[in-house]
Amino acid sequence: MALSEKIKNTINGIRHQFPTEQALLIPTLLEVQNDYDWVSLEHMKDVGEFLNLPLSKVREVASFYTMFKLAPMGKVDLQICTNISCWLNGADKLVACAKKKLGVAHGETTADGKFTLNQVECLASCGTAPALMINEDYYENVDEAQLLSLIAQAQNDLEAGKVVGKSTRMEGVWP
Amino acid sequence: MMYNNEHFEPVITPNVSKPGCETIDFYMQNEEGYKALEKALKMKPAEVVDEVKKSNLRGRGGAGFPTGMKWSFMPPNPVDANGNVKPKYLVCNADEGEPGTFKDRLIFTKTPHRMIEGMIIGGHAIGSNKGFVYVRGEWHKEIRLMQKALDDAYAKGFLGKNILGSGFNFDLVIYKGAGAYICGEETALLNSLEGKRGEPRLKPPFPAQVGAYGMPSCVNNVETFAAVPYIIQKGWEKYAKMGPERSGGTRLICVSGHVNKPGVYELPMNLSINDIIELAGGVKGGKLKAVIPGGASAPMLRADECGVLTDYDSLAKAGTMAGSGGLIVMNDTVSIPEATYTLLKFYEHESCGQCSQCREGSHWLARMFKRILDGGGTQEDLDYIAKICANMAGQTICAFADAVTGPALSSVRKFRSEFEELITKGGLHGIGRTESVSHEMGGAHV
Ligand SMILES: Cc1cc2nc3c(=O)[nH]c(=O)nc-3n(C[C@H](O)[C@H](O)[C@H](O)COP(=O)(O)O)c2cc1C
Ligand code: SF4
Ligand code: FES
Repeated sequence: MALSEKIKNTINGIRHQFPTEQALLIPTLLEVQNDYDWVSLEHMKDVGEFLNLPLSKVREVASFYTMFKLAPMGKVDLQICTNISCWLNGADKLVACAKKKLGVAHGETTADGKFTLNQVECLASCGTAPALMINEDYYENVDEAQLLSLIAQAQNDLEAGKVVGKSTRMEGVWP
Repeated sequence: MMYNNEHFEPVITPNVSKPGCETIDFYMQNEEGYKALEKALKMKPAEVVDEVKKSNLRGRGGAGFPTGMKWSFMPPNPVDANGNVKPKYLVCNADEGEPGTFKDRLIFTKTPHRMIEGMIIGGHAIGSNKGFVYVRGEWHKEIRLMQKALDDAYAKGFLGKNILGSGFNFDLVIYKGAGAYICGEETALLNSLEGKRGEPRLKPPFPAQVGAYGMPSCVNNVETFAAVPYIIQKGWEKYAKMGPERSGGTRLICVSGHVNKPGVYELPMNLSINDIIELAGGVKGGKLKAVIPGGASAPMLRADECGVLTDYDSLAKAGTMAGSGGLIVMNDTVSIPEATYTLLKFYEHESCGQCSQCREGSHWLARMFKRILDGGGTQEDLDYIAKICANMAGQTICAFADAVTGPALSSVRKFRSEFEELITKGGLHGIGRTESVSHEMGGAHV
């Protein structure tokens, strides 16, 4: 396997902006994460080959950052902020509600492979707490009723074969 | 609103509630957008630096370092061993992740051109032709809005080659982070920008000597850059006059927690914490118990200490810090040990692990607080917490370890009786409370 042409093209397109090859490592891993929803060892080898970096370098970087998932995840990454301002404003209720609805504990994926429940650190939405993320999308001032309808909506969208939680992409704008 | 300050006017947020305020057309038509750049390009770089120095603008990212002075540290004509000219880089810190802070995100979504213009002026001032905007990777929408803003600025000729016919070239590139609080620390950010693990660097050398890609670099916060166009356009005096001595201009104060009207408030620094809580609609759900005045890392204040003014020096005198401007309000239903544990769990997860004092210390602090919440704490634990903190503060590669001790020490010092109650009565259960389910959630990754 090798890195996809799509990813290579994207990275080749920004190469001139950076003085070193290694600077492209995080952008490349982000592309992999985006396209495959996780970063496997195979991917890391491909990335290393593409950027002429030893696997150890790729691996030490991939394991440092929380956005690189080193194991397969659910299609929908439900990440609830439980940091201070969200906690003060009822993040607890959201966590309890999500656990009950999905029947999973923190860090786990539902048996059908659809949802992973995660915690996320402060999202800089503390003024509109509690906040959560569904894949790329932010939701703020969320209550339990909205959480349940977001889960139901994601469920429906997945069944209809739609992309979930990537609603803010803009035509013609990288990335 | 009464600010008791005749000099005050909003510098960054006058129009952030208006539709379309994020567009380049709005910025140019309604906010004299890019006029300051025109003016700055006619000034000598040293004059721009001087103007910023005299304005008393201090870094809004956390440390409060005088911006003009930081700019003046940049070497004028750096060359390498072979006599080749070295590039200089200007870096914007948009990794906003300090719990309780959400102002940079507002600038990104509502007035991105102010930050861009500030960066171009900064580039001219320090003699840099290239800037990087390091943005936290979770900001998918914000990154797209910023990229759109950059594209528009290029299209109008404010970025790129020979800007406004001045001969000055400046390029701006977005770099996405990938989820790590520590990358907000400027040298960790520089490592991350180089495609490495976000581990802070030992200083010296400082970024002005060896920064991004080994070149002289200057890192500033989003809000710091966003203040620059006003200073250049209206003059340093007007900006400096809004604040007390050594704290010029306005700050974006992020009010969150138990208030009726949470949000970002652009304010002069001669207001007290109590004044700000009042502006934010007052405390909700109970009486005021405690405030964290400058983001999670700032030591807490008790309700009776909240008369303190919010400029850098007054807060420092009160034993805390202005930090990132994140003002977190807690009412009297909150258990301070539990709230503090929420933060310590975060720090435990986010320590980069290079220094043993920080890696082990943040782990031990979180475990000890947990034990106290669970009913297994002892009186000695409280002294032990102080000892661990003494071993951390000022002993490590970066200020993260100091940040951990902010909430840990201040909570025990100022709310000791709450800890003692948990110790003598058998933890949260013993006082009729149940622990938060979210506390079961550990770190988000291994
Ligand atoms: C643990 C830690 C986290 C930090 N996080 C941020 C951050 O998210 N954003 C920021 O601008 N500065 C942050 N800083 C401060 C930066 O190191 C640096 O001082 C700042 O970006 C400089 O810009 P300024 O002078 O304009 O404030 C952090 C510092 C530490 C020690
Ligand atoms: S103090 Fe903590 S976060 Fe900073 S470098 Fe040391 S281990 Fe890393
Ligand atoms: S504490 Fe949840 S977004 Fe900041």
